[in-house]
Amino acid sequence: MNAPNKSGWKPTAPAGSEGKFGGPPTTTGNKALMLEEKLIFEIGTPDTTGVDLPEVDDSAPNKLGGMRRDAEIGLPGLSEPETVRHYTRLSRQNYGIDLGFFPLGSCTMKHNPRLNEKVARMPGFADVHPLQPVDTVQGALGVINELAHWLITLTGMHGVAMSPKAGAHGELCGILCIRAALEARGDARKVVLVPESAHGTNPATAAFAGYAVEDIPANSDGRVDLEALKARLGPDVAAVMITNPNTCGLFEPDLREISDAVHAAGGFVYCDGANFNAIVGRVRPGDLGVDAMHINLHKTFSTPHGGGGPGSGPVVLSEALSPFGPLPFTARTDDGVIHLVEEETASEFGHTKAFGRMTAFHGQMGMYTRALTYMLSHGADGLKQVSEDAVLNANYILRSMEDVLHAPYAHSGPCMHEALFGDKGFAEGLSTIDLAKGLIDEGYHPMTMYFPLVVHGAMLVEPTETESKATIDQFITAFRSVAERAKAGDELLKTAPHYAPRSRLDETLAARKPVLAYVDPE
Amino acid sequence: MRYLPLTDSDRSAMLDVIGAPNVDALFSDVPEIARLDGPIRDLPMHASEMAVEKHMRGLSKKNLAAADAAFFLGAGAYRHHVPASVDTIIQRGEFLTAYTPYQPEIAQGTLQMLFEFQSQVARLYGCVVANASMYDGSTACWEAVAMAGRVTKRSKAVLSGALHPHYTEVVKTMAKFTGDTIAAAQPSIQADPDNAGLISRIDADTSCVVVQYPDILGRLPDLEEIAAAAHAVGALLIAVNTEPVALGAIKSPGELGADIVVGEGQALGVGLQFGGPYLGLFAVRDKKHVRQMPGRLCGETVDADGRRGFVLTLSTREQHIRREKATSNICTNSGLCALAFTVHMTLLGEKGLRQLAAENHRLACIAAEKLAAVPGVTVLNHSFFNEFTILVDGDARQIVRDLAEDNILAGVSLARLYPDVEEFTRGLLVAVTETTSEEDIETLCAALKEKLS
Repeated sequence: MNAPNKSGWKPTAPAGSEGKFGGPPTTTGNKALMLEEKLIFEIGTPDTTGVDLPEVDDSAPNKLGGMRRDAEIGLPGLSEPETVRHYTRLSRQNYGIDLGFFPLGSCTMKHNPRLNEKVARMPGFADVHPLQPVDTVQGALGVINELAHWLITLTGMHGVAMSPKAGAHGELCGILCIRAALEARGDARKVVLVPESAHGTNPATAAFAGYAVEDIPANSDGRVDLEALKARLGPDVAAVMITNPNTCGLFEPDLREISDAVHAAGGFVYCDGANFNAIVGRVRPGDLGVDAMHINLHKTFSTPHGGGGPGSGPVVLSEALSPFGPLPFTARTDDGVIHLVEEETASEFGHTKAFGRMTAFHGQMGMYTRALTYMLSHGADGLKQVSEDAVLNANYILRSMEDVLHAPYAHSGPCMHEALFGDKGFAEGLSTIDLAKGLIDEGYHPMTMYFPLVVHGAMLVEPTETESKATIDQFITAFRSVAERAKAGDELLKTAPHYAPRSRLDETLAARKPVLAYVDPE
Repeated sequence: MRYLPLTDSDRSAMLDVIGAPNVDALFSDVPEIARLDGPIRDLPMHASEMAVEKHMRGLSKKNLAAADAAFFLGAGAYRHHVPASVDTIIQRGEFLTAYTPYQPEIAQGTLQMLFEFQSQVARLYGCVVANASMYDGSTACWEAVAMAGRVTKRSKAVLSGALHPHYTEVVKTMAKFTGDTIAAAQPSIQADPDNAGLISRIDADTSCVVVQYPDILGRLPDLEEIAAAAHAVGALLIAVNTEPVALGAIKSPGELGADIVVGEGQALGVGLQFGGPYLGLFAVRDKKHVRQMPGRLCGETVDADGRRGFVLTLSTREQHIRREKATSNICTNSGLCALAFTVHMTLLGEKGLRQLAAENHRLACIAAEKLAAVPGVTVLNHSFFNEFTILVDGDARQIVRDLAEDNILAGVSLARLYPDVEEFTRGLLVAVTETTSEEDIETLCAALKEKLS
């Protein structure tokens, strides 16, 4: 079987390479197109390189001030062909939107149009330094300005802070605007109210900004308990952070009333815009009294999730909050020139109350070009269609599943862009995670699990508008089948997935004995 | 619309299943005041791929791309050659369109890549553990200050005057709201970093000392001396690096005694992109600090069949789990930028990174020598890697603007970064990388000669 070849090289079959379901093992550990891939530290060497550069002349004089490195860094290198193959093989162990349906609640995993990628790579956008003289970057500033106009118009707000790097960063920016506005009027309030169905980032943000966080309960319809909220308002409440549509996938019909009550009590309304895709082009949060809302460009406006970033989280602001928005931002003067308002020009443009700076430079330009490209493609009419189709797809799933899966708020009327289910009725010993892993075997990325916390064993399904009816029908068939198995107590679900590149991974071991970097063998 | 698969007949069939008369009925929860009677006005209607591309190309042409100029800008964002295969890899749909790897069985590609990335960053920084990336260098710097407060239970951060002013500004902004005290000094234009001045500001209340290496003026401070002074009073040293290529030529911050090393990874694989998205790097030298780190961490484990695999781990520190008790403001990371970094770093390897660093330094030495010979120009630095400060007899800001008209992007004027410091009007930061030709250097020298005569 494993006869060494003439150089002494021996194949080593990794543990677990024996065939599943009685198939023969392979000598390599690979199986046809299912290819195992070692770490670069196991296949690369320090003297291999995939670039052509001049040899180092160690005798050359240097200006390193006695700091010259002597020690080895320990970085393995690969040639270009090996590099491309290594990462291509790794990529094949990944699920992505390009491969299949991604019904992940709260994350809006819609199709990422390739025109966006093409545009972002135009040299005039990709090969431009943030600190070039502003005369040489009028087009880049134009993109920021044009995108700002779209965001302000779509939300019915007054201004926008463009620089936050992601959703959570945007939340922080919005809450800091609120805090700055309150401090400007000498009114240091201490508390932020957060509904219990909020994204975990909301309370984290409020706490990070120095506020005490208090929960507001939900009513039996899965919406904010209006009376409980009103009863808690008072002179110590700085803001209410609300998600609309909320994390149960439901619109908060009382938002205007909530806003009026909060404003009357001297506070501000923060809206988590993660679910903006459900209402984009149809509803303007500004009309509902929102003071600040971050918008995830990587959700609603199709910039790629990239396996976990980079995101982008501009924050639209009401008239009351706009003066406090952080630097930098853009301003167009009457002569059509677009200016960058930074520390040195803030007073020139009358923006002297800015609370500070969220990040170096000007934010996620590469995401702005992609998002603007997407907006221009859809136009105002297309974006309205986006929210309609997203909501239609979600309701179609809700109504096609409610007879086999517990849908706690199905009685509340239509859902918005996502449908929520719970694990009620599952057989003893089976849980949401087992159903999720069963969906992997069916060829899907699972839905969001165990979130929101208000529903036991929650399953949050967001189909988005970029899925065809055929895809959704096929998914419903699979989802129903796996749900039935979970209710019937199918033992095979406990060991799912069976067809993924890996079976269930031991997360307890990973946390108990953390191995977070490669260590060379002794 | 080309991104929307549903047809009108699909829509009506689905409405039948739902039992709704029309789509509007699905929005019945939206109150009257918030309902719009049609597409939002003041915005254009949909457009073809060709038309949108044309519009965006028009905007892109209004920018002077670095490749079309003699280019010398740095100050925290560096232009390096990115091998073609880097972009090929990051555009693979399995990476580009993947989600955060919360379902590890079908995300081993991203997870193994992150493990490789963390290992590379840790080694580059002379540390034991790096996280899976932050938004960028400035936010990583702020998170490091916050972490030092958690570790030392103190709240005074001493910032070097030669820290990138945007980084200082971000740290100060966040501290306003968290109650940390930030002791930031004014930078001073001297040939050598003012270590003594920095050390004199460290006291028993100090949680951390934040030092940039190479610093904003391009100088190389002796971190060991500062580390010793910080450690003597129980404070942490946070080293900030904005040019990772430098670490192919100079000692790592970890080996010089930094406890937390943060920085900007944009220089490798990511490109300039007008300032973002970039890549924050974050590492610690001592294992005991791991559980206080912000951001995501990828760790090794095994699957049910005993095969090696990777998962996101120690996530109890994070927002989506800990809510108001989370250890940081970061929920995501910069996954795709981390991939670009790690592919570029794999292509370079030890040998290539050292060659790249040597080439950068060689060209920077040539530039410094030639610029020093221009009448009216003085080179400030005694030490530098690929960026240094020159003083010109004139208003550097205006000179930068004037030279840009001839497609010479001469550098970053200190006045742009420090508008309030009078003595900086003559200062200009000049960065030189392997993408700078000796001809570019000649062009810059000739233009300055003409301007200053």
